[in-house]
Amino acid sequence: MPLKADQIIERVRASRVWQSVFRSGTGSSTLHRALAIQQNIFLHLFATKVRKRMVRFSSTWYLGTLTLGTFLILVITGILLMLYYHPSVPQAYADMKDLQFVVSSGLFLRNMHRWAAQLMVFLVFAHMFKVFYRGAYRTPREFNWVIGVVLLVITLLLSYTGYLLPWDQLAFWAITVGSNLSSSVPLVGSKIHFLLLGGNQVNANALLRFYVLHCVVLPLAAILFIAVHFWRIRKDGGLYVQQSEPKTKAPPAAAPAAKEAK
Amino acid sequence: MSDETNATTQKLPAEIDRRAFFTKIGLGSLGIAAAGTIVFSYEFLSPNVLYEPSAIVNAGKPESFAMNSVTMDVNSGIYLVRAEEGYFALNAVCTHLGCLTAWNQDLGIIACPCHGSKFTRTGEKIEGPAPKPLPWLKTWVSDEGDLMVDRSTDIPPLQYLRI
Repeated sequence: MPLKADQIIERVRASRVWQSVFRSGTGSSTLHRALAIQQNIFLHLFATKVRKRMVRFSSTWYLGTLTLGTFLILVITGILLMLYYHPSVPQAYADMKDLQFVVSSGLFLRNMHRWAAQLMVFLVFAHMFKVFYRGAYRTPREFNWVIGVVLLVITLLLSYTGYLLPWDQLAFWAITVGSNLSSSVPLVGSKIHFLLLGGNQVNANALLRFYVLHCVVLPLAAILFIAVHFWRIRKDGGLYVQQSEPKTKAPPAAAPAAKEAK
Repeated sequence: MSDETNATTQKLPAEIDRRAFFTKIGLGSLGIAAAGTIVFSYEFLSPNVLYEPSAIVNAGKPESFAMNSVTMDVNSGIYLVRAEEGYFALNAVCTHLGCLTAWNQDLGIIACPCHGSKFTRTGEKIEGPAPKPLPWLKTWVSDEGDLMVDRSTDIPPLQYLRI
């Protein structure tokens, strides 16, 4: 007798290998489902139970999840682009052109990276507006708003450092202008400018520094803060839903009268 | 035995016991290590050798510049101007945010492509957003008779080099 799909799944879940990886065991009781989330290193960031109205499209428009989606696209396409890109003055521009015209699927990957980057900045702002106008930043979620602002800054810095890497005229002058902005910081402005560029002008050192920031430092910081951001959603009582907030109490004098009227 | 212990305890000042002492030592060393890390990081991140072009530019023979001409050296980012009053050099880097300005022969002005600042031939600001005029640079004639410019040294404006 051929096995049904759910029977196969049950058999796999009961196997020793599966049990050694996933500790929650077989069964689909509420407890088992909760344990499956709780005991998984990735899923334990999230709540074990979510109200249906929290995951309704209208409550969040899924803007945060979509932002994560663009971030994942950027990580994957970015790693692939790194295989053909040398962050050096003689090669950077040529490598970028090679990605466009020589490397198989290079144009697709580069455009994907570029468009996802633009979209991510847009989505981060849209997500923030949605959170702000729904009042989802209020107690007890105020610290998660702060983490969100840190993530906004990281996103903008990722966008900015990535801008230099094509090493064309637009990149060069945009970074010249942008880094000169940092010189305006009182007292330490010129020092920050020097450290950022690794010199007095946008040159080989600046290209390498921006590359390291763009491909290592900032993505790691982003991943760390994204993890905290998600974990805080659980800790702060799940996704914000307007109806779940305590309603403001009616004035005590008016309350009995209203009952009688019913 | 207990009397001895009491005596020892009384001798020590009450505000510092062994644990507090070691805590202070520990926190102090951490503080020193943190300060050292900051200094080390700053020193490490500032390059000691820069492979940047020299600040001193040899512009060639003064006679090669025509009277009332503005010549831009794109590589070093300077203008060499031969006016009736004499020679002078201007820094071509915009004082706003560091873009390279360009000389417009037809209008007789220096204009920045990035944010639209405009300057006269002598570096005076016609239109913002640039906050300052283009600086005049130190110029002199070398022993070989070449016109030399030091890009790192500004001089007050209208100090023409007469040859």
